[in-house]
Amino acid sequence: MTTLLAAQGLSVGHGRRVVAAGISFTLETGQVLSLLGPNGGGKTTLLRTLLGLIPALAGEVRLDAAPLASLSRREVAHRLAYVPQAAPGGFAYAAREVVAMGRAARLPLLAAPGARDLALAEAALDRLGISHLADRPVTELSGGERQLVLIARALVQDARCLVLDEPTASLDFGNQALVLREVRALAVRDGLAVLMTTHHPDHALLVADAAMLLHGGAMTGPMPPADLITPARLRAAYGVDAVVGALATPQGERLVCAPLVAPP
Amino acid sequence: MRRGALAWGVGVAALVVAVLGALAVGRFPIAPGQLWAILTGTETGTPAIVFWNIRAPRVGAAILVGASLAAAGAAFQGMFRNPLASPDLLGVSAGASLGAVLGIFLGLPVAAVQGLAFAGGIAAVAAVAALSSAVRGQGDPVLVLILAGIALGALMGAAISLLKILADPYNQLPAITFWLLGTLSAATREDILAAAPAALLGLVVLLLLRWRLNLLTLGEDEARALGVNTTALRAFAVAGATLATAAVTALAGAVGWIGLVVPHMARMLGGPDLRRLIPLSALLGAAFLLAVDTLARVAGRTELPLGILTAVLGTPLFLWLLVRARRGGAA
Repeated sequence: MTTLLAAQGLSVGHGRRVVAAGISFTLETGQVLSLLGPNGGGKTTLLRTLLGLIPALAGEVRLDAAPLASLSRREVAHRLAYVPQAAPGGFAYAAREVVAMGRAARLPLLAAPGARDLALAEAALDRLGISHLADRPVTELSGGERQLVLIARALVQDARCLVLDEPTASLDFGNQALVLREVRALAVRDGLAVLMTTHHPDHALLVADAAMLLHGGAMTGPMPPADLITPARLRAAYGVDAVVGALATPQGERLVCAPLVAPP
Repeated sequence: MRRGALAWGVGVAALVVAVLGALAVGRFPIAPGQLWAILTGTETGTPAIVFWNIRAPRVGAAILVGASLAAAGAAFQGMFRNPLASPDLLGVSAGASLGAVLGIFLGLPVAAVQGLAFAGGIAAVAAVAALSSAVRGQGDPVLVLILAGIALGALMGAAISLLKILADPYNQLPAITFWLLGTLSAATREDILAAAPAALLGLVVLLLLRWRLNLLTLGEDEARALGVNTTALRAFAVAGATLATAAVTALAGAVGWIGLVVPHMARMLGGPDLRRLIPLSALLGAAFLLAVDTLARVAGRTELPLGILTAVLGTPLFLWLLVRARRGGAA
């Protein structure tokens, strides 16, 4: 196990306004780390800081042992791939072309993707089981399909660390399970280090090795998801009552987190 | 790939038809048969003289202007993720117009007016870029750049209006008005040779960067996360588009509409991928402006300004394409 991404005493925010402080964690190869927290709690600000899109206000981020601030955009992209939320709209590029855009950091300035890059794009689509979508315009794909295309794009970037921003947001039940299985497989099968933000504590219980909760400007964790996700913490962070309990499933017993809705 | 072949076919065919049409009409028509004789040197009489000294330079100028404006427009619409972007978004046309109007106002010779127009276009965009990098903090750099372009454009528009009021209404004002609508009626071979290097250099820059410019269409954060130095890439592309636009604006005046509408036509034909869209826009822009210029030559007793015809012909064509594309479900 190698540490690919590490934050030490990190403060994140915009300009002089600190959104969250005292953030420390490490992410190793083959590990899924889940980032939980209510909207407006600073998850996106933290992700943008980890990607080097905005500067850290204090503390340090290290990518593959190198200080993030010392790396060029291209060097960052060699180490860290980002999977944004699959927002609708945008330009009607074919899925294959979108995936090939992941090669940008591996190509010289004036080059376009060649046969080898397109073959890598095909292979990534195949790996995610969506090679039949290669020629379809991404604007015509479902949310889940578009999310898988963006994961494929991150894969051809050939980075060992993957950051996913709420990959299950706005997906239906089936597509959520599909994407979560893929996230798990990327860590277990391919040995990637995966950081994923999520709105669902249950998703952290399903696929994460460790989880952390960003709330009120401070970070709790990382720690094993089963330790982090307690009714008391969820109550404090989200203001809802929830139950966490073991459920017998065909795959064995697993912890499940479900919200409780007060009767009207 | 079939869509690509069709798009290229339409583009090339449009340009060939426009070239043959442009040669075949006018006071000394040159038929396609004669053209071969002229090009191979067997015909050296009046048709050859007309061809080499009048018709060919004008056709070349129309191709250069149309291709440059449309390619620059396609690049801007992609990189600024805005279908309403045109090459003058960052003030190149306003700056070039101010330079040319100032030149006409001061009674300078044609070459000096063209030089001032070119320099004005470059200087305007340089000022916009400098202004936006000075005020940019944590804000969206693209938005700041566009707003700076709009602000300086308005200022230069005011200066142009002032010069029009102060200009001699019998000699200078008509020249200014004509220049602001664009025309190739006075373009000589020397003018074209002066404008071509800068225009072609700008076009080459856009063509070389065209795949990478696709990445800017994803938005600032995504492009940077993919390893793109967006600031540098945008600077190169703006420089290329500005160089081409300023050069052809100095040659032909402020021809509007082409840079806005032709990229949309190209997109309906060939899709949004800038690898195809930029060269296809250049082809269609060349064909379109050549057709418009030919009409400007022959339609009336006096030559009509290009800007009027590009709008009059471009609008219905564009609306027709829009309706067709919406019905067909492609766009």
